[in-house]
Amino acid sequence: MKHYLFGLKCVTSYSVLFWLLLNSITLQAQTEKYNMTRGATDISHQVYDLHMAIFYICCVIGAIVFALMFWSIVYHRKSKGAKAEQFHGSLKIELLWTAIPVLILIVMAIPASRTLIAMEDTSKADLTVLVTGSQWKWHYKYMEYPIEFYSMLATPREQIDNLAEKAEFYLRDVDKPLVLPTGKKIRFLVTSDDVIHAWWVPAFAIKKDANPGFINETWTKVDKPGVYRGQCAELCGKDHGFMPIVVDVKNPEEFDLWAAEQVELQAQAKAEAEKAAQQTQSMEELMLLGQKTYESHCAMCHQISGEGLPGAIPALKGSVMVTQDIPAHIHIVAYGKPATAMQAFAKQLTTSELAAVITYERNAWGNNTGDLVQVADVVAVIEAGE
Amino acid sequence: MSTDNSNTLDVNADQQHVDHHDHKPTGITRWLYTTNHKDIGTLYLLFSLTMLFIGGSLAMVIRAELFQPGLQFVDPHFFNQMTTVHGLVMVFGAIMPAFVGLANWMVPLMIGAPDMALPRMNNWSFWILPFSFFILLSTLFMEGGGPAAGWTFYAPLSTTYSNDSTAFFVFSVHLLGISSIMGAMNVIVTIFNLRAPGMTWMKMPLFVWTWLITAFLLIAVMPVLAGTVTMVLTDKYFGTSFFDAAGGGDPVMFQHIFWFFGHPEVYIMILPAFGIVSSIIPTFARKPLFGYESMVVATASIAFLSFIVWAHHMFTTGMPVAAELFFMYTTMLIAVPTGVKVFNWVATMWRGSMTFETPMMFAVAFIVLFTIGGLSGLMLAIIPADFQYQDTYFVVAHFHYVLVTGALFGIISGVYFWIPKWTGVMYSERLGQWHFWCSLISVNMLFFPMHFVGLAGMPRRIPDYALQFADMNAFISIGAALFGLSQLIFVWCVVRCMRKKGEKASAEVWEGAQGLEWQIPSPAPYHTFQTPPKVK
Repeated sequence: MKHYLFGLKCVTSYSVLFWLLLNSITLQAQTEKYNMTRGATDISHQVYDLHMAIFYICCVIGAIVFALMFWSIVYHRKSKGAKAEQFHGSLKIELLWTAIPVLILIVMAIPASRTLIAMEDTSKADLTVLVTGSQWKWHYKYMEYPIEFYSMLATPREQIDNLAEKAEFYLRDVDKPLVLPTGKKIRFLVTSDDVIHAWWVPAFAIKKDANPGFINETWTKVDKPGVYRGQCAELCGKDHGFMPIVVDVKNPEEFDLWAAEQVELQAQAKAEAEKAAQQTQSMEELMLLGQKTYESHCAMCHQISGEGLPGAIPALKGSVMVTQDIPAHIHIVAYGKPATAMQAFAKQLTTSELAAVITYERNAWGNNTGDLVQVADVVAVIEAGE
Repeated sequence: MSTDNSNTLDVNADQQHVDHHDHKPTGITRWLYTTNHKDIGTLYLLFSLTMLFIGGSLAMVIRAELFQPGLQFVDPHFFNQMTTVHGLVMVFGAIMPAFVGLANWMVPLMIGAPDMALPRMNNWSFWILPFSFFILLSTLFMEGGGPAAGWTFYAPLSTTYSNDSTAFFVFSVHLLGISSIMGAMNVIVTIFNLRAPGMTWMKMPLFVWTWLITAFLLIAVMPVLAGTVTMVLTDKYFGTSFFDAAGGGDPVMFQHIFWFFGHPEVYIMILPAFGIVSSIIPTFARKPLFGYESMVVATASIAFLSFIVWAHHMFTTGMPVAAELFFMYTTMLIAVPTGVKVFNWVATMWRGSMTFETPMMFAVAFIVLFTIGGLSGLMLAIIPADFQYQDTYFVVAHFHYVLVTGALFGIISGVYFWIPKWTGVMYSERLGQWHFWCSLISVNMLFFPMHFVGLAGMPRRIPDYALQFADMNAFISIGAALFGLSQLIFVWCVVRCMRKKGEKASAEVWEGAQGLEWQIPSPAPYHTFQTPPKVK
């Protein structure tokens, strides 16, 4: 048997593997494509440094252990006439290779603890944002401003289904980014409306689970304006892969302008909604807005065809719920169905959108009830309360 | 004693009761009724090989979908079922039963026992498994599909927001737990009571030691898993609120309980592999194991530490800083006994007289690649960095290095090491080497780039990804396909041996072989050590 040849192959193959490992060090220095981002905050720089430090330590340990092993594989083989020695056991050596790793670990534990303690100190924040995850979007509420909004995936369906060319920020773009000022300590309160999500922005070295019914805290302070991207990092159901996070960090002046604009826009929207409640709309108008709203908010689960997913998501096509009692239909869309994936859309959609989408559901896919649901109908149900 | 038991099951064999020749029912009933540790070991091993290919096929679906960005083959809900069931099948169907199979075959032979101490229970604990997996896998063909909350089935995704496959999944896990607990009790009772005269504790082969410790871990944590899935069941169907804040519960408590099972479970899947490698390295180095006692102590320390590190799986979940620091330090501490093991293996090879047959090749690969997995584990212990690694492909790379190139390579090296003893013929060394080299190259194509794709920010458990991850994922998927195909060589090797094609094996099989199992003929007779051997 040609064990020598096998051994030689063994050595070359491991050398190649090891070369890869070492080479990755230089690769990592060159590009963020293959390494953790250095990020945009003081904390994220510390995290990156810790990551590189422990990585180099691992490489050195690996190099020493594997070098000894391959030395022995090359020279202490029977085909080279090596005679096996029969030594075994040595308390001194055992103690030595227990003590050295302990020392290395202590050296590593000190800076890691220091950074961790800094990361968990959420006191003295300038601005607080409540981040709420729900299947499958993020909601941001500024505690110091009357501003809140949902932030959803903006990548068109055609790109996901390979029917259109994928854009540069494929799956990493949202309709409304979270906007933050530079140079301010921002505290995030993270929670969830349904299952567990995790709010992850690599550039801030923040990853915090959003637990339903509990609030987690974390913070950041960004010095450089820019657009930072992340995504949900905890499996949260079907479209877990489709809930990106985009944070647009602006100078404080620009942030103030943005905030003032948002406050005005949200007030305008409220006034418009009140006005809409007084008006009646035609079937065509309602169906048009309804289809658009349905496709962006409902089709993820109930499907474009209205057929749902058998065994998991009920069909709307031909369903009793959407063809019989109108107030019951409005109620379930507005308040959701507890203990199921059916969310409360009253706070996610405007009353016009609610009226439109309910009309759409009652008349699409051959449901053909002919029912028109006006904003006033929706408002009546919402005002009656949950 | 126990062989008598095995014969009494066979009603037609009353008069054969007294003599101990290989009288047994034929055909399917032999396998259904068998209480023989060798038969049951074979059943376990063949079952786990089957599950390896089923779990592998699910992984192929995952890798096909991830070959390119965009949704090509499956919808996201089905994709989640694939990742979930892949994990469950590999952990509970492939790795764990393979180790139980090896324990069944080898523990009695290594300690000079005539059989396992509880042979009928042994039969039962095996035959539960196929039914349990039939239940689990059947959900994939039901309306609404199988479980899709990940193999870790975090609440409330697995409770309020899951479909009715949850009931099947919970029942299946209960059955698996019963099977594992019975298997573990059997190992413990056998090792405590059936050692041959002179086989003192500190003379036991390390495979026996590691399995003994593993069995205690199993008995300690499988009931915890049973409790967890029961709470999932009652939360979903009986209105309890263990994991629902609205009713006074806590979804994070699920994770604490799950990982209190889950972390020892990780060591359940690696300690027996340590034992296998500790048998193989001295054999092919023709030199005694360096530091036998410290290996035993290191194994026991790892087992102890495994109970106080569980929260390192959930650093991002929100914990007091003091708790985070505690779990960081205990986790880092595990590197010490694990390091002791690796150093001892290298010291065993040092100044030996080594040859590199297939079992040795897989054992050497195990040491190198498991060490890489261990080192990335050390990186994961550093909490601030873990916030970036958590739930990315870096973690996927880490646990596949310890479970595939660790546990699975350990099992494969054990099979090549002992299959001449089981079948009486040598496996084909040529095929074995082909299997090794194909596996080694493809497994690293498969899992090594995952480190980088994870560091660059790709989360795990997603069916579609951003464009910058495309090149790496295509490469990974090719590696996956090659690794899957390479395992067909393994099946070919095993089937050849089972059909007795190959050179006849001697009793000793390997030049440097030490221990009782190499003193009986090859193939091992149906009944062995009916008169206990004397161990000097």
